[in-house]
Amino acid sequence: MPDVIPADSVGIVSPKIAQFDQALQLACGRTLAQYQLVYETYGTLNAEKSNAILICHALSGDHHAAGYHSMEDKKPGWWDSAIGPDKPIDTNHFFVVSLNNLGGCCGSTGPTSINPDTQQQWGADFPMVTVEDWVESQTRLADLLGIECFAAIVGGSLGGMQVQHWSITHPNRLKAAIVIASAPKISTQNIAFNEVARQSIRRDPHFYDGDYASQDTVPANGLGLARMLGHITYLSTDSLGKKFGRKMRHDHYQYNYDIEFEVESYLRYQGEAFTRRFDANTYMLMTKALDYFDPAAKTNGDLAKALAPATCEFLLVSFTTDWRFPPERSEEIVNALIKAGKHVSYAKIEASEGHDAFLFPLPRYMAALRGFLDRTKQRLNLLENTTAHLTSGEKHHAR
Amino acid sequence: MRADLEIINEWIKPNSRVLDLGCGQGELLQHLIDHKNVQGYGLEIDPENINTCIEKGIPVLDQDLDDGIDNFENASFDMVIMTHALQQFRRPDLLLNEMLRVGKECIITFPNFGHWRNRIHLGLKGRMPVSEFLPYNWYDTPNIHFCTFNDFEILCREHNINIVQSAAVDSKLRNHWWLNALPNLLSETAIFHVSR
Repeated sequence: MPDVIPADSVGIVSPKIAQFDQALQLACGRTLAQYQLVYETYGTLNAEKSNAILICHALSGDHHAAGYHSMEDKKPGWWDSAIGPDKPIDTNHFFVVSLNNLGGCCGSTGPTSINPDTQQQWGADFPMVTVEDWVESQTRLADLLGIECFAAIVGGSLGGMQVQHWSITHPNRLKAAIVIASAPKISTQNIAFNEVARQSIRRDPHFYDGDYASQDTVPANGLGLARMLGHITYLSTDSLGKKFGRKMRHDHYQYNYDIEFEVESYLRYQGEAFTRRFDANTYMLMTKALDYFDPAAKTNGDLAKALAPATCEFLLVSFTTDWRFPPERSEEIVNALIKAGKHVSYAKIEASEGHDAFLFPLPRYMAALRGFLDRTKQRLNLLENTTAHLTSGEKHHAR
Repeated sequence: MRADLEIINEWIKPNSRVLDLGCGQGELLQHLIDHKNVQGYGLEIDPENINTCIEKGIPVLDQDLDDGIDNFENASFDMVIMTHALQQFRRPDLLLNEMLRVGKECIITFPNFGHWRNRIHLGLKGRMPVSEFLPYNWYDTPNIHFCTFNDFEILCREHNINIVQSAAVDSKLRNHWWLNALPNLLSETAIFHVSR
């Protein structure tokens, strides 16, 4: 809980809801007749509507990327370290849009929403959504906000996949792309991890084939297990080792299955805390979206050819100890972009935090984001102080 | 601009695809992008240099040349440039061959160890040369493979590498006619434009 809102925070923010009644054709073949997206905005959209930055979230992210919802909040939004006045994604200059993706469980239409046809929760019947579907829904949100072309679209991990897809399918709608700790498609090992996560949920007796809501229960054990597994893969061998080592609960071994090592307690806590904020069906959908993403599939595996339509400038960032989306995977994208003759820069950041590093304000990483976005700002001739163009709701952002 | 970079600039055709190995803060690439409309990329490992390039909008890749450049396809660049770095690699001959695989042509610059001052230093004092231009001691120098202007010509001949042109500049990186008359003795920096 902040006693005072820090000067470099976007302050108290409120989510907004956008309702869409035009049906959305999904990659899986089904359609969503209507849906809503919950989103937040930080900063001010200029009169030309040319200073917008879209934030695409990762597996378990949401629309609340920066600031606080109230003075009682324990923590700010998930990427508060990078978004705010004078921060790398500088809300003094940019208008930041952050949404919860379709299929999510934080306010956008997803498995926990009511299916208008049945008046019941969608549950397992919610259609499979993909990166392509998300990008399509994001273009509609951009239309609604009057944003013809984003100054930049930014995302880490699964978010970076959305950025890639934007650059390929809507090249005229972004000037810059920042793809962080991502991959052109996930590895076999990653699909395997995702499958273990899904199986642990599906095999929970409280899962009821995804219709646990009708049984008034949740597959908390399965979802918790899935998160425990995921959590290990987001950290590095070093960071986990440094944090816990072989630190024990008691002075000597207990020779039982209670918590012996501190890392066990930490993982159980992480798993359990996650089940209180996240929906199991959404988690399964998100992991499938990761598995399916493969833009080069349409070009016979030629990623350079897949990226050929892109016209924006790219920044790729990876982290040395990230073994879930290791630097080599980002380098595949970099090499393909060079082959395709695109404007690309790449920074491999020395970091001990593993995949999670993309959420940390590491100085070199933040400097790269700031430098690239400053450059983007100059390139687009964005005015120092964008002409005030307050829309209703923006008042909440006053500091 | 420095004379060596000036000479390189003259040797590069407009609108070409250029790869600068060890691009530093992107001074050369910036010039080539602005004046020759090249499509250029720099390779660099120093984090601050990388961020400087990003701020300037010069495409830069965080890549350690000691790991090679096998991520680039054959003849995928019109020109591959390496200024003042070849002598720092374990096998300059292999790297040169790699550069000529990736680039249709290459430009290489290196400190000429055959310069008269170096010869005096070693010949009369019996000590490894330390100068303003080469300010390292033998034990801490990054330059592990010194060669002379003539040595490089011989390497090219032995590897069937075609020397398109060469030039010599002095310690202030200025270019004089007399330097090019006796490059092995007078030049402090050698500049070679080579192809297969």
